[in-house]
Amino acid sequence: MDTLVDNRAEIWEGFRLTLWLLLTSGVLATLLGTVLGSFRVSPVPTLRWIGTSYVNVFRNTPLVIILVMSAAFWPTLGFNDVGFFGYNTFVTFAILGLGLYTAAFVCEAVRSGINSVATGQAEAARSVGMTFAQSLRLVVLPQALRAVIPPLTSIYIALAKNTSITAIVGVPEAAYVMRRLSNKFTSDVYAIFFGIAAGYVVLVLVLSVLLRLAERRLAVAR
Amino acid sequence: MTAALFDVPGPQSRRRAAIGTIVAAVLAAALVGLVGWKLYREGEFEAELWQDLGQPNIARAVWLGLVSTLSAAAVAIVLSVIFGAVLAIARLSDHRVLRIPAAIVVEFFRAVPLLLLIVFVFFGFNNLFSDYWSLVLALMLYNGSVLAEVFRAGINAVPRGQSEAAYSVGMLKSQVMSSILLPQAVAIMLPAIISQCVVVLKDTALGVIIAYGDLVFQANLIAEFVDHTIVPLALAALIFIVINYALSRLAVWLEARFARRGRTSAGAARPTDMQLAPTAGGAGD
Repeated sequence: MDTLVDNRAEIWEGFRLTLWLLLTSGVLATLLGTVLGSFRVSPVPTLRWIGTSYVNVFRNTPLVIILVMSAAFWPTLGFNDVGFFGYNTFVTFAILGLGLYTAAFVCEAVRSGINSVATGQAEAARSVGMTFAQSLRLVVLPQALRAVIPPLTSIYIALAKNTSITAIVGVPEAAYVMRRLSNKFTSDVYAIFFGIAAGYVVLVLVLSVLLRLAERRLAVAR
Repeated sequence: MTAALFDVPGPQSRRRAAIGTIVAAVLAAALVGLVGWKLYREGEFEAELWQDLGQPNIARAVWLGLVSTLSAAAVAIVLSVIFGAVLAIARLSDHRVLRIPAAIVVEFFRAVPLLLLIVFVFFGFNNLFSDYWSLVLALMLYNGSVLAEVFRAGINAVPRGQSEAAYSVGMLKSQVMSSILLPQAVAIMLPAIISQCVVVLKDTALGVIIAYGDLVFQANLIAEFVDHTIVPLALAALIFIVINYALSRLAVWLEARFARRGRTSAGAARPTDMQLAPTAGGAGD
């Protein structure tokens, strides 16, 4: 127990970074995933193909590989010093890796959300002369985004837990702190594990409560 | 279903789609080409690298890694199914003594990142578990808890008339579960179990945190040896993509097969949350 109290500053820093990773890569994944999801239902075959390939590649690759490759890949494209918000370049590479990986799952959720919107809606939009882009933006997506919140909740929860994997590429977030402390204070492994695990449980609970509130607020009578 | 979003194309929209196809293809090709050119300029594809990668000891390392990954994943998935079934039955029990602890176990292990579990099992028991067993047990705890929820939903999805009929002919609770509910539920849940295999396979890669010699670990070693990261790891990723893609196709095929037999009622058997759990895992999960 003392180990947790003595190292609370380091643990707090770890969870702050976990939250930052969750927020930034969550935004990136949502934006990219929505674009890719629209690609997958587009009338243009190439766009559909791009969306499908993206999902098949990123969803079937272990996140560790994506993170390690991300750290090696961006510097070769010339991104050498892209840290922001007080965190270094490697945090940015981790954010990009997490975001690219999670976007594949968001894409699938958005696609199934679009498919869940009643056919009559898109037909009505077309019958008043809207183009594909208009009917998607003005009629289908606003309804789809509501249907998409429950699956997005599980995706964000998975993302919150996945931020821990960045520990493998040396990002000092909560799981990294846990590993470091377990190595240093071997007699206190139980307190360290249950302490940090409790942090994640709280994070997951808060996230699911917030998203359920959002779901209820946005809900409309169908 | 996507066809609802656009009409059967007439001449004008066919032209527009053709232009869109070309523009998108050119842009995608330009992006891939630019990245490829940059990597080439940085010497990621030089002949020496391929020569190094062609050495027999590299092939042996990849094979060793693949065997380690597959053996950990196979044992983990079998143990997860058993652990998940036990938890699911405990959670469906009429006795609170079983139901509540099972619920706590399931919710706890689903909320804790797998990486923490692996580190904990490895360091927490005085070196009782080797790197292999630490990984397998952690995978079992996490995926077993996820599967427990899948099983619970699957058992609940068997029409109520089935268990009512079984009770009415005088079967015991254990008999109803083992000979009426489980056999039917397994057919409904098989696709979800296969999808979970994809998650398990991907998650074995987390063994690198305790230096378990799986495919990703070997790929990292090879990357250090040849002094290039991108190509060796991309090749490792390719192996994962092939295996996982085959598994997902198998899950889709099984689902279609059971749907045709009318075992699942138009997908109603699988709540959305459950459909997403396997994919979001590793995702995630």
